[in-house]
Amino acid sequence: MTSPTPPPGSLLTASELRKTYGPTTALDGAAFSIHPGEVVAVMGPSGSGKSTLLHCLAGIVTPDSGSITYDGREMATMNDSQRSALRRSEFGFVFQFGQLVPELSCVENVALPLRLNGTGRKEAERIALSWMERLEVDDLKGKRPGEVSGGQGQRVAVARSLVTSPRVLFADEPTGALDSLNGERVMELLTDAARSTNAAVVLVTHEARVAAYSDREVVVRDGRSRDMERIV
Amino acid sequence: MSIGHTLLGLLESGPRHGYDLKRAFDEKFGHDRPLHYGQVYSTMSRLLKNGLVEIDGIEAGDGPERKRYAITEAGVTDVQRWLATPEKPEPYLQSTLYTKVVLALLTRRDASELLDTQRSEHLRMMRMLTERKRKGDLADQLICDHALFHLEADLRWLELTAARLDRLAEAVTAR
Repeated sequence: MTSPTPPPGSLLTASELRKTYGPTTALDGAAFSIHPGEVVAVMGPSGSGKSTLLHCLAGIVTPDSGSITYDGREMATMNDSQRSALRRSEFGFVFQFGQLVPELSCVENVALPLRLNGTGRKEAERIALSWMERLEVDDLKGKRPGEVSGGQGQRVAVARSLVTSPRVLFADEPTGALDSLNGERVMELLTDAARSTNAAVVLVTHEARVAAYSDREVVVRDGRSRDMERIV
Repeated sequence: MSIGHTLLGLLESGPRHGYDLKRAFDEKFGHDRPLHYGQVYSTMSRLLKNGLVEIDGIEAGDGPERKRYAITEAGVTDVQRWLATPEKPEPYLQSTLYTKVVLALLTRRDASELLDTQRSEHLRMMRMLTERKRKGDLADQLICDHALFHLEADLRWLELTAARLDRLAEAVTAR
């Protein structure tokens, strides 16, 4: 397969992505590209294919056809363990519900990605705590996820997603379960932290107020994407 | 709302008399505010003067002469430009946006493109307000929040309309 040339400076690029689940077409020729340090909102109605697009870009789901290149490498040429290593070390993830491990303390949760990459406990928790300070949740370090509020838990999850200093942060409805004030604070902290490390953020959301924290938006409808910046 | 552009758009499907234009306008867009005859004739004279419509025929009758108007090439271009240009995001845009969507459907243009362009314009404004809010004091934050909530309401309407375009197209073309 010949990959189209990614736009200059693009870190993650996808073109002509197609993905079907049985009779349902989730992606039908979608395209995407993002630069380092850029926050791009992926918008669209429920069932439009925006989460499938995120899962394909993150290497969680393999598209039926199309091309995805990350930092000049074609994802389709990587094997499972290479893709998995990429997700562990270069990508970060935040979901609607923090998905913290309930048995671990907050600081252990944040340190977990570093521990999985082989960093020693003391060093991992030191780095984790510095990220918790930036997200203003360092006072929760010894608490379990069940003992903190939804907004606090989501900030812990954002700290965890950034602890490996990922080059791409994937956020799927990161404020979907929060009230307006907590949601805004999470978005402020998330985008500030990502910009300070020049990480690219792929932000899936159906909320305009959340998308307003992005630099531009890509609209997905019926599995096809439209990059508004490049059209208007 | 631009009455001139709306009347021009209605003329795209074929020449009409002033009276027919008023009736079509009232039926599709004037539920709360029907047009006065005076508004129709003054608007048509302006469009005629600007070369956006031309007289297609005059019928003599017992009463005053009845002029039939047809849209010119320049008129079609003018409607196209109006539909493709997003509205400045501000409160109470609904009637203008609704008119644009219906006219786009009536004239077989891409209404979803119009909605996408408008969404992008709204988001551009929301980004500016969000940035101002982040840097501002509490008063700034509250003022920006008020504007943001209004823009968000418009955007929800745009999304809902986008999801109902097929049904709306059926409804407006069936009338």
